[in-house]
Amino acid sequence: MLEWLGKVGDFSLTLLIVTLYGLLVGAYIERVIAKVQGRIGIPYSQPFINILKNFFKRTAVSHGVMFYLGPVFRIAGGIGTLAFIPVIYGNEMFSNFSMSGDLFLVIYFMFFGQLGMALGAGESGHPYSAIGIARGLSQMTAYEVPFALAVISIVIQYDTLSITEIVAAQQGGWQNWTLFTNWVATLAAMLAFLGMTGYSPFDIFLAPQEIPIGPPTEFHSAYLGLLQTNRALFGATKLILFMNLFFGGATGWVELMIKTLLIYMVAIVVGVAFPRFRVDQGIRFFLKIPTVIGILSIIYVQMVLLS
Amino acid sequence: MIKTLGTEDTLENAGLTDEEQQLFSNARPRAYEPYPIKAVEDFANWARANSLWILAFGTGCGAIELRPLMTARFDANRFGVAGRPTPRQSSVFIIGGYASVKTLKRIIRSYEQMQGPKFVIALGICPINGGMYFDSYNTVNRFDQYIPVDLYITGCMPRPEVLVAGIMELQNKIKAGRCDGANRYVENFDWYKANQKKVIKNWDMPDYNW
Repeated sequence: MLEWLGKVGDFSLTLLIVTLYGLLVGAYIERVIAKVQGRIGIPYSQPFINILKNFFKRTAVSHGVMFYLGPVFRIAGGIGTLAFIPVIYGNEMFSNFSMSGDLFLVIYFMFFGQLGMALGAGESGHPYSAIGIARGLSQMTAYEVPFALAVISIVIQYDTLSITEIVAAQQGGWQNWTLFTNWVATLAAMLAFLGMTGYSPFDIFLAPQEIPIGPPTEFHSAYLGLLQTNRALFGATKLILFMNLFFGGATGWVELMIKTLLIYMVAIVVGVAFPRFRVDQGIRFFLKIPTVIGILSIIYVQMVLLS
Repeated sequence: MIKTLGTEDTLENAGLTDEEQQLFSNARPRAYEPYPIKAVEDFANWARANSLWILAFGTGCGAIELRPLMTARFDANRFGVAGRPTPRQSSVFIIGGYASVKTLKRIIRSYEQMQGPKFVIALGICPINGGMYFDSYNTVNRFDQYIPVDLYITGCMPRPEVLVAGIMELQNKIKAGRCDGANRYVENFDWYKANQKKVIKNWDMPDYNW
């Protein structure tokens, strides 16, 4: 019992650090984008102030039970994803509830939050929410295909479903990272990552100009505060997952921060350079090139690495 | 949200048909007290002042001055200002110039859907005394009679620099706790509604838009 409580305490600490880090990275990325556009950009404290402001709002309107539960499911998805990812390799305190087979659970949890959000936003009854959800879910279905193929590829390569063991197999120098041993799967996953982060060219489901910010159109006050917290947490969690699967994991917080920031930069460099895809173009893109690369990665593992 | 209330604190919603009355709340809006501890309220006001989300609703010709705010030259993001396309999430409503009666109806709907505390900036001379439209048949002259205004920025047209200065002045007012337009609206609700209904002839919306 006591051991279990200690584990929950450790996880709470991890959750706090990852959320704060996610918010800071969010502000940093906003500043980078602003610099590209010739602006100064938001102060580093801005994401924190935005969340505080939303929690300090005096009024809130509800649209029903599911409307309440939408943001709760969303943040449960974010926390659940983080709970089964070992954050720091070789550190008992920050390895969370990682166990054999956690990779499946993590992929399930990544989907869970989106579905909960879809139900909540659907209950709000706003037509723009429905459009945003339709676009978001269809795009998600498309980019999950290359991501799932890349994951299957590395599961075959390392012959395990445990993230900790996948990280362990990549230790001992950069030449052991999946990035170098199985670069085909990494390529497919990084293309899927562009869709996951929701920056240009795959930001049609948020579409800040056309459909008022997509699924969260009706969410306000504390609901929006929860969603913003989750956006930071979930973003950082996805970065940590990618770092663990493809970039050798991290043995300390500094290494984690450098690696995740560089992974995030891939999405930003593409995002500031390219205009937006329509949703049908985005889906066609994911189902063509990245999917083919994903299938090739499985063939690569079978024919080259394991033969 | 359908509520059953006593007759004294319900709204008539006379502009709606019987069928539509079931779809809208008839509850009267409530005034909100500040937090009992002053330090908490000051902290909340600091957060509100440094995160002003502007409703992207250009109500008149002044809306053209809002666009450059976000560009590299003025970059209002530095002050925590951001645009929001939905009234639910925004906290600042900038009335960009003259408000015609037709637009006033939409302004009221949007303003009431914003979540408190909410602030209104009236941009240009037209919301103050009508400006060059002072004798127009379809433009309201004193905007303050229809929606409580927290800050006026006069001029025709005020340049974006003035708008930035106005936003900083609004931040100072919010931090000092002197922006209670939402509460003023609720406390003088009947007066505001009477004024609104005087100019809007085809009133076919609920008396308070939740």
